Amino acid sequence: MNWNVLFDFSPLVDEFDKILGAFWSTIRLSLMTGVLALILGTILAGMRVSPTPVLRAAGTFYVNTLRNTPLTLVLLFCSLALSDTLGLKLSNVSTVNFYWLAVFGLSAYTAAFVCEALRSGINTVPVGQAEAARAIGLTFTQSLRMVVLPQAFRAVIAPLGSITIAMMKNTTVVLVASYLEAAALMKDMFEEYGATLPIFLGFAAGFMILTLPTGFLFGWAAKRWAVAR
Amino acid sequence: MGGGTMTVTTEAPTPKARPARKSKQQVSVLFDAPGPRARLRNNVITLVAAVILLGIVYAIVARLNEADQFQGKLWEPFLDGKVWTEFILPGLVGTLKVTVVAAVLAMLFGIVFGLGRLSDHWWVRWPSAAIVEGFRAIPLLLLIFFIFSGPPTIANGLNREFPEVTAFTAVVIGLTLYNGSVLAEIVRAGINAVPRGQSEAAYAVGLRKGGVMRLVLLPQATTAMLPAIVSQMVVLLKDSALGWIVAYEDLLNAGFRVVGANYGNLIPAAIVITLIYILLNMALGYLAQWLEGRSRRSRKSAATTLSADPNKLPESGLGGGVA
Amino acid sequence: MRVRRIGVALAGVAAVGMALTGCSEKKASSVADKDKLIIGVKYDQPSLGLKTTSGVEGIDVDVAKYIAKKLGVAEKDIEFKEARSANRETFLQNGTVDMIIATYSITEARKPKVTFAGPWVITHQDIMIRSDDTSIKDLASLKGKKLCAVSGSNSWKNITEGPNKLNLKVATETVPAQGYDECMTKLKGKSIDAISTDATILAGFVNREGSSFKVANAAFTDEKYGVGLKKGDTKGCEAINKAIADMYKDGTAQQLWTKWFGKANLPFETAQPPAEGCA
Repeated sequence: MNWNVLFDFSPLVDEFDKILGAFWSTIRLSLMTGVLALILGTILAGMRVSPTPVLRAAGTFYVNTLRNTPLTLVLLFCSLALSDTLGLKLSNVSTVNFYWLAVFGLSAYTAAFVCEALRSGINTVPVGQAEAARAIGLTFTQSLRMVVLPQAFRAVIAPLGSITIAMMKNTTVVLVASYLEAAALMKDMFEEYGATLPIFLGFAAGFMILTLPTGFLFGWAAKRWAVAR
Repeated sequence: MGGGTMTVTTEAPTPKARPARKSKQQVSVLFDAPGPRARLRNNVITLVAAVILLGIVYAIVARLNEADQFQGKLWEPFLDGKVWTEFILPGLVGTLKVTVVAAVLAMLFGIVFGLGRLSDHWWVRWPSAAIVEGFRAIPLLLLIFFIFSGPPTIANGLNREFPEVTAFTAVVIGLTLYNGSVLAEIVRAGINAVPRGQSEAAYAVGLRKGGVMRLVLLPQATTAMLPAIVSQMVVLLKDSALGWIVAYEDLLNAGFRVVGANYGNLIPAAIVITLIYILLNMALGYLAQWLEGRSRRSRKSAATTLSADPNKLPESGLGGGVA
Repeated sequence: MRVRRIGVALAGVAAVGMALTGCSEKKASSVADKDKLIIGVKYDQPSLGLKTTSGVEGIDVDVAKYIAKKLGVAEKDIEFKEARSANRETFLQNGTVDMIIATYSITEARKPKVTFAGPWVITHQDIMIRSDDTSIKDLASLKGKKLCAVSGSNSWKNITEGPNKLNLKVATETVPAQGYDECMTKLKGKSIDAISTDATILAGFVNREGSSFKVANAAFTDEKYGVGLKKGDTKGCEAINKAIADMYKDGTAQQLWTKWFGKANLPFETAQPPAEGCA
């Protein structure tokens, strides 16, 4: 009887450097994706609430397409279609190239959710606020920047938190786009040491260390900046 | 989503307070009715935007064309009925099978642990909370990997008979644990959305805890939760594509890899099956919206409808209903 | 009250789960004793194991059918399942398949997890490049080039870490992929410069893709293709070894090789490779 499969945590210790490196990849992916998805999502939300039908339609098309496509496919498109077939090479070093493609795919996917969260947020702002803004003579951009968006962003902190956490977990899927991070290392270690419980628990804990504080942070921020109505 | 904008509150809204669809009003949160100058400006923006968007589409199509992706021989397989009956449809059946089974099990899981979190006993409440929060924090892919290869290794180490874990089982269990945890939160929110007066009244007429839950709270909560549940099914359906990585024969596997291997047309194949996924998910999405509208109009439940839009779900702390 | 119902519901969930996975079903332990066989083959490898509109085809599949016939299993009782490089061991261990014939090389590293019958043929690992690429001629010239690294396959490690026939450790840049078809797309798109794997697999792709790719003819390993069985099934292993001997004696081996690799001019050894013994 070999109890190692349940209690031997030594592979985690032996490979600690590699594991740290893999989670560092996860963190780098998450940070860059978070920033890009927020920017792209805001632009998309702007398009979806704009008075221009063409922009609205384009925004709706984008969101409906990306939100209803499995992430696996989005990432496969990025690596196989964009890079390999259409020749989009972001760097000559392939790990750098595929890092950016993974970030691009994840951001494109996450942005659709960010856009919807922002749009929901904008819709929570009472009409009277915008009417008042217009009444005192603010232009469209001014009312958007000074009245609507500040309130909308506060209302979307909690949903953005959910999206951020989902995105961090989704970084595991980038292994289909030729970039290796924590999930890929766990798979390698499963092959090398066997799929033992401690290895799984170690990686699960790693993700919890990343996701749980993020959840608390967003939860705290949502309460702290809640719009009193 | 185009529906109403109500967020869930704890008090029961009177029917009057329920706004009808007000998509026109939503637009006016930001914009006044355009005057002549604004109309002109809008037209200019429309034109510029159209040119830019067409430019992007043209660039993509041109690059695909340059890379010979529009060759007839890459697309012809999709005109062959056998490619559909032998590869794509069986794959679709695989995807639907795993989705339906996981959806049913996840719903059971969600009800058990959602009610568990509402229990009066701490020794039911705490473990339920730990399970729900735990499975929501672990990436689904890690769960599927471990469920797939863990049990045989562990059984081997402990000198036990190997349990059979097929790719199907691994994907179903993974999807059940993750989506079940999200559904547990939806169930909890749904029951919390039933006004307290309902359970108080039920206790007053002499029902006990079980009766209150079974006869009063659950029926009303179900109506309220349905849109959010269906919307979570979109997530589940999309996540089932992860089965590809453990070689489960789903739509992605059959349509993308096997078709690709036969005809060397990975990209056309990916485009075709992406369209199928999008159509499936959009159908589910519209179902959720329709249910939401129906439930909001319905007088059968005093509970406020939980929106199909995950952004409006209260307490959606950890990644519920998104991605 | 509610707790009891939760208990009942949990038991229900467990029961449904058991029923779905068929947990209770017991099977005969050796492949030699079975009347039905589930055989793992590749689904995406032209000329070896490829799922087409008219079923699975390739040399692995034909060999599997021959062996099954010798084990007394009719062709209609064979069920083919997809086995990928990354999950072949798991499939055998957890009983998803009874037998694997899927470009499965007998290696020391795999022996503790799998019982191998055979080998039924010996091939070599080689590299495939774009036809117009003159910069790669042999293993050493791969230095600094981009090489496809398929998850679960050992071929790229043989180049970067050894061992290989030339005792080289070539510092290539590896690009991870989930399967060889992805590698092909990457090779076409110049995201990678070379794919290394068994000559049989490469020949299959050349058969499909035509002249835009070529095999460099720089064999750097011997690959003994075996038949993977659940660890400890020596009885099945011996029965299969006998079937393989028959396959060489009656000329089927040569005939199958010509059928699948004649066009690609892959050389064939008419003598049966020595059996490894069943451990």
